[in-house]
Formats: sequence, structure tokens, C-alpha cells
Amino acid sequence: MSNVNVYKQRPDAAQAESPLFHASLHELVGKGSRNAGVNLREKKLLGHLTLRGDASDPTFASGVHSALGMELPVALTLTSSGDTSLQWMSPDEWLLIVPSGEEFAVEQKLREALAGQHISIVNVSGGQTLLELSGSKVREVLMKSTSYDVHPSNFPVGKAVATHFAKAQLVIRHTGEHTWELVIRRSFSDYFWLWLQDASAEFGLNISQ
Amino acid sequence: MLNIYCPHCSEMRSEEEFHAHGQAHIARPEDPGACSDAEWGDYIFFRDNPRGIHHELWVHSAGCRKFFNATRHTVTYEILETYKIGEKPSVTEASVAAAKASAEGVTA
Repeated sequence: MSNVNVYKQRPDAAQAESPLFHASLHELVGKGSRNAGVNLREKKLLGHLTLRGDASDPTFASGVHSALGMELPVALTLTSSGDTSLQWMSPDEWLLIVPSGEEFAVEQKLREALAGQHISIVNVSGGQTLLELSGSKVREVLMKSTSYDVHPSNFPVGKAVATHFAKAQLVIRHTGEHTWELVIRRSFSDYFWLWLQDASAEFGLNISQ
Repeated sequence: MLNIYCPHCSEMRSEEEFHAHGQAHIARPEDPGACSDAEWGDYIFFRDNPRGIHHELWVHSAGCRKFFNATRHTVTYEILETYKIGEKPSVTEASVAAAKASAEGVTA
């Protein structure tokens, strides 16, 4: 194992604040419109790990499989098992999202399984967050916001793309027929929150927890 | 809106997701210390500005964030092909000239 300083970045004792902490989403739960076309939920404080390595190297792929029990996804796809998901970001980069608090153990497990290989694992949990949009009108909101074609024929469930959204960039993941996830940067979270409120106003927005 | 094929994502993506980075296939001199000022200046600063086929370096900055090469016609802005770094272009000035010559030969 390389001499990397791996430590628990979010100590149990510390109080963590999600990127949308200031929006007090918990106070807005249930105050939205009754028949909302869009439901928004922040999947906050999950463990986000950026994994890089050589996809064509079988020892790398098998190492990832032994540590996570998941195959490396191919281009523009997402695999998930329970609350853990692994997403293709680029030919040599994947985003692993694990339940809150598990990121340190998973990182150590991955480093052990991939010991000696030319790889990189970076904990980016503090830098980004996940917004889940569900409801019958979510696709309409996405169509207003991005130039990427979000029709199911081009964007089936299980696909995930990084693209432009409003005047910023993010990752759009299609996780269920009417469920989509947005991986957003911490510094853009307020912008996306304001944008989504405005874009979904005509369909009715409800915040869930 | 122009769509560009990303060879890493293997699909057409909107032009706004990309950035152009100028001329492609510029080889760094093997031994910079042995270069004359003219050779080094040529490598650092001077670029071709052709009217026609141009091989360029592009990056899919909002998508996979990988660099790739594109062959573009500087007059029509038509992107004739995109290919990964390290690969050789199949469309070149010579191949276009040969195709044009054979087409003219057929019609004549």
C-alpha cells in the first residue's frame, strides 16, 4: 500500500452540515403543494469516493469486485447494490457512493484489495451532495434545465451522464422510472436549489425527508 | 446546436460540453536543450492556420473530462471525425484530395 494519509474525514463527534444545511429543508417537509409533480429530497452526508484505475487491467477489475461485490460499470452507466452505487465517470474514473459513515471502512477495504496497483481513491464526500428528484413531472424539469436528451429512449434507467444543467455542471443519474438523482458540487448547491424551486414551481414542488 | 461525437462516451454530445485546445499532434522535441531558439519557439508558439482540414485537440470538459482529437474543416466547420489520443486520423488533407480526385475522375 502506498504511503497515503487515510483518515476518518468526518469524525463521529463532529456535527456535519450538508451543503444545503442553510436551506433548512427539514422545516419545509410537507409544506409544499398537495399534488406535487416533483418531490425533492437531499440524500445528505453520504460517503462519496472517487476511484481511479486502469479499467482494462483484470487485476484492477477483480480487486474492485472483491472489495465491493460490484462489477465496474461500462461507459455512462451506474450499478447499484442496496444503498451503495458505483458510477462510470470517465474511462479511468468511477464514483462510489456509500451510506453515511461507511466511507472510511470502504476506502480501507478498497486500498487493501488494490494494494500495489496504480490507483487513486479520494474521499470527496465533503465536496458534493446528492439530490433525489421523484415524481411524474421530473423529466419536464430536467428538459427545461439541460440540453441533454432525457427521453427514456436515450436516457434509460441505469444511465448516468455528466453534463450542463442550467448554467452549471452536474451529474444526472436515472435510478427509477420517475426517479432521478443529481450529483452536485457543494459550491453550486445553493444555485441548484434556487433553480430547482423556480423550475418546478409550475408542477408543484414538495420536499421530502 | 452542433453535436460532437465523444470517442470516450461513445455518443453525440452538445457542443457546449466541449472546449477546443488548438492544433493536435504537436510532438515535444526529444531533447529541448539541443533545440535552437527557432525550433523551440516554433514548438511553443507557432501553429498552423490552414484553410481546410485541421486536426485539433478537444476536451469533453463537462462530460468525461477526457481529451481527444477531432478533424475539422475550418471553412465549413464540419467535424469529419473524432478519435482518441494516440490514434492516427483516417481523414487527412491527402485522403480528402485523393477522394476528390477519384470523384472528379468518375464524373469526367
